[in-house]
Amino acid sequence: MVQASAVEIRKVNKFYGPFQALKDIDLSIPPGKVTCLIGPSGSGKSTLLRCINFLEPYESGKILIDGQMIGYDAPGKPMSGRRLRDMRRSIGMVFQQFNLWPHMTAQQNVAEGLIRVRGLRKPDAEERAAEALRKVGMADKMGNHPARLSGGQQQRVAIARAIAMEPRLMLFDEPTSALDPELVGEVLGVMKTLASEGMTMVVVTHEMGFAAHVADQVAFLEGGELVAVDTPSTILHHPRDARIRAFLRTYHERNAF
Amino acid sequence: MDFGVLQQYGPLLLRGFATTVFCWLVGTLLGMALGLLIALAQRYGGRPLRWILQAYIEVIRGTPFLVQLFVLYYGGPLIGLRLDAVPAGLLGLTIYGSPYFAEIFRSGFTAVPVGQIEAARAIGMAEPVVIRRILLPLGLVSALPALVNFSIILTKETVILSIITVPELMYQVSRMSTETFRYLEANLVLALFFWGLVEAISRLGRRLERRITKHLVERV
Repeated sequence: MVQASAVEIRKVNKFYGPFQALKDIDLSIPPGKVTCLIGPSGSGKSTLLRCINFLEPYESGKILIDGQMIGYDAPGKPMSGRRLRDMRRSIGMVFQQFNLWPHMTAQQNVAEGLIRVRGLRKPDAEERAAEALRKVGMADKMGNHPARLSGGQQQRVAIARAIAMEPRLMLFDEPTSALDPELVGEVLGVMKTLASEGMTMVVVTHEMGFAAHVADQVAFLEGGELVAVDTPSTILHHPRDARIRAFLRTYHERNAF
Repeated sequence: MDFGVLQQYGPLLLRGFATTVFCWLVGTLLGMALGLLIALAQRYGGRPLRWILQAYIEVIRGTPFLVQLFVLYYGGPLIGLRLDAVPAGLLGLTIYGSPYFAEIFRSGFTAVPVGQIEAARAIGMAEPVVIRRILLPLGLVSALPALVNFSIILTKETVILSIITVPELMYQVSRMSTETFRYLEANLVLALFFWGLVEAISRLGRRLERRITKHLVERV
């Protein structure tokens, strides 16, 4: 029996005015696996990721989360805000710029969604928040505001904020791109732990090492098109498409010294 | 100069000052509230509503406060709006301040990083909660200096209320001047009162600013 996809992307198109950002994207995200989206900047990989939780609306095609279409009740018929919010509750998202709320402590950042969205009582939410923060190694900084945390620490709090909601799916939008090089490891470490626990993850990244070692499948995008989807070793070590080879060449040149 | 007359007129001037502070405080708070509603309606409302509010902002900002007060106080009764001087003055101040406050709030909201709003939406937060928990607190922080600044400007606009016979400080000062011919002394007193009021507001504003930005700036 074929296992149902966690996310099924079918013939998705996305336009910004006359500019087509996504062209007929077809992609299946298997449950419990890590899918990395790679490609040059402007390739549409972040846009595609943001379409999955409908932060970015797509114009045609379908995106199914556990079999249910997000954003629309039927093609061309937008779903109600309430139904969209219900679907988003089970999709965690981690941003490049962390996007912690600066007026709240780390613990309050994590507890906020539990209180305002899941309806937990404050003491329960705080306990769950503390637990999530322990998991990402931030238990000792719970009372700090984001301004008193390093980039890596902020991103780990942001991951805790997402996992505290107990999502079925986690989206990562270039989670380490805004970090100083020496802080990248701590964030990737937390992501590896999540992956090993069987979390379904979609990760837009420039960390080819992470893609090579942690991903179960890698999708390469360029110019809004999905060029190839395959195992990490095929895409990163034996790419058939010339565009992927060119991309990897640039990547290796930039990282050589 | 002769400040002896102040003994006689002191209580009157103090009462006038109290009325000034009252009118300023109520007019400013109501103007802020109306401005906040306008800014939110402009952010979330449909195109027709946004267009109407923009027209309101242009008209009120484009005309002198004095003219607005005259229209309200002397023109109001023509459409059945009969107000005493003080309520008319408060309503006038509210209306006059609202478009400026609306613009200040609008720019405060714009200063909130989109990503922080998206982070709230991404966990499934409903829009009213996003406004209350994220947009308002963070937008207010960036708007605070401008809010204080315009509130200070409004203190001095209250003198115009004397024209429609609101018994505030300017009104009492005019009365003292015409009764005693001590124009200079009376107006110096007026200036001192306003200076004191403005100084108090700006100190309060700075303290408030320090308090609410305490956790927002990186400190070593």
